[in-house]
Amino acid sequence: MPIGDMLLRSVDDGQINTVFPRTFEEYKKWDREKDELPPEIVYRTLFEELATGEKIQVGRALTRMNYSKSGWKSLIKKTSREIKKMTKKGEIPESYKDTLIQINKDWGDPTFWYSMAQMLNTKTPIYYWNAIDRTYDQDQNVIMQDEKRRIYVQTWLKTLKVSVYVTFFCLILGFPVAHLLANLPLRYSNLLMIFVLLPFWTSLLVRTTAWIVMLQQKGVINGVLVWLGILSDDGRIQMVYNETGTLIAMTQILLPFMILPLYSVMRVIPKSHMRAAQNLGAKPATAFLRVYLPQTIPGMSAGGLLVFVLAIGYFITPELVGGKDGKLIGSWIAYHLKTTLNWGLCAALGAILLGVMLIFYWLYNKIVGIDNIKLG
Amino acid sequence: MALPTYATPVQRTYYYAYLFFCGVVFFFLVAPLIAIVPISFSKSPFMIFTEGMLAWPPEPEAWSLRWYKNMVGNCSADVVSSTVPCSTKWMTGTVNSFFIGITATVIATALGTLAALGLSRPHMPFKGIIMAILISPMIVPLIITAAGMFFFYARVNLVYTFTGVILAHVALATPFVVITVTATLVGFDMNMVKAAQSLGAKPTRTFFKVIMPLILPGIISGALFAFITSFDEVVIVMFMASLDQLTIPKQMWAGIRQEISPVILCMATCLVVLSIFLLTTVELLRRRSEKLRGITAR
Repeated sequence: MPIGDMLLRSVDDGQINTVFPRTFEEYKKWDREKDELPPEIVYRTLFEELATGEKIQVGRALTRMNYSKSGWKSLIKKTSREIKKMTKKGEIPESYKDTLIQINKDWGDPTFWYSMAQMLNTKTPIYYWNAIDRTYDQDQNVIMQDEKRRIYVQTWLKTLKVSVYVTFFCLILGFPVAHLLANLPLRYSNLLMIFVLLPFWTSLLVRTTAWIVMLQQKGVINGVLVWLGILSDDGRIQMVYNETGTLIAMTQILLPFMILPLYSVMRVIPKSHMRAAQNLGAKPATAFLRVYLPQTIPGMSAGGLLVFVLAIGYFITPELVGGKDGKLIGSWIAYHLKTTLNWGLCAALGAILLGVMLIFYWLYNKIVGIDNIKLG
Repeated sequence: MALPTYATPVQRTYYYAYLFFCGVVFFFLVAPLIAIVPISFSKSPFMIFTEGMLAWPPEPEAWSLRWYKNMVGNCSADVVSSTVPCSTKWMTGTVNSFFIGITATVIATALGTLAALGLSRPHMPFKGIIMAILISPMIVPLIITAAGMFFFYARVNLVYTFTGVILAHVALATPFVVITVTATLVGFDMNMVKAAQSLGAKPTRTFFKVIMPLILPGIISGALFAFITSFDEVVIVMFMASLDQLTIPKQMWAGIRQEISPVILCMATCLVVLSIFLLTTVELLRRRSEKLRGITAR
């Protein structure tokens, strides 16, 4: 239910229509081919609606208008201040058009009026376009954002890249460990399992903090390397607050999610298979590749998808360990939700992310089935 | 999985390399958690191993409990440092965390157990869809759930209230209860319910006297999962909670972002101890439930 609401938000554009209903009504009648500027009646309704409009409502509408074309906010703010002054004095202008242009010459600038066309509908895909660095030009064509404002495509790619790397590292590190756990006698494997489950049960923030402690310039790892003489005292490596830090920390945090499904699959592979293959003359490597590995594929795909999907939506660790260039898409969602209050864009980013996840889950369900998730 | 006696030297080398690699990975998994424990007892206001701490023989000067005192809100002169603020925020956070966690756990356990009982009936319609919806908060990235909940709760004025935070945590924690209880119910003999009812017990009485004692291990470990979920949860708390609902994770988050102080490590140490305790409990319960079901260790 909350998610459905979010999806609605991502296309919702009705709010602004409640503020300037009549202006928009008249605006639609304006023939752009004939006149350069809208007719007098549009200026008049706008004037009246600004004079009577509720301050909070107008304020919200302004924020929305500014997404279409920057400059709207200050323009309307200035204008409505002047209009309030005039209505207080009881003045009624002869020509609304001239008065408005007199207040601010931007009212004579057709590009502002063109951008208003984007706001007419109550549903809009603009946030989705924004989420992939595109916007509308004055004629409703989809174009690229300014060079400076293109951040999302880059962030999407980075998020994907980090998720792929984390999944890969988790697989490399997790596979031998799961194999060891699955083949040891139960007494030892239960004991070693604690090493896997303890991080799994520990708070995410604790582990993130721990990694900051480990990786910082005066941190444990740098300290050990200097002590061993591998690094000089000035040559300490910057490992935290960049992408390396994010990768290391995320790999450790998500590793249990790879080991546990792998373990539960490997547990049930009979040991006799490997022995049989070797008896029949296969070298250990061949036996492993052709007999053992194919049987672990369900575990690898389950763990891989679980880690990938968790990594793609990760937010806490990249935000804290990643520093400036480690920001992933989750950070932007949080940023728009909390700081800029651009909820439409936030919801659109979230919806795209959700779409990506659903594709992966569909795959996951096809391969292993959703009920096979196991906890510890 | 020991090597056979006839293994060649090459095989031996591979085998030991493999063991070594596994050892490194285990170290990688737990080393960060262990490293923070000694630093939390440090005297220095930075999160590093000071020279005094590494010295041999140990220097008692370098160690202290000052950050723990700071954490519990004891702001006497020897505790305060110019870089580390001292306040009762950590204790407020602890109280709130336990309050939210326990309330959410109770509700989630009740709801989750009932849902699992219903879902494990053989003739339940739409089982797959219901299960998918119930599990969805566990699978959808938290940030999306949090954003959706924020928008939704903002409409019904629940943002920045305890009720809102608790309800959101219940939604997150219920799937864990459903999964663990369903797993326990697999070994449950439904004929016992029929027996109880034919002997005249009403459904509630059947539940409390027959079903519950048998699936109790599952319920408890589900409840522990639910508790740790709510207790560790930071994303939703960040969006939905005001300063009144300050919890430990929120305070830690603020701490890491603003002042990197050893007090965070003290709290982290406490949380590691708590998680060891919970882990042991769950592990013991799992074994007990396996014994109850007659599944002996493989």
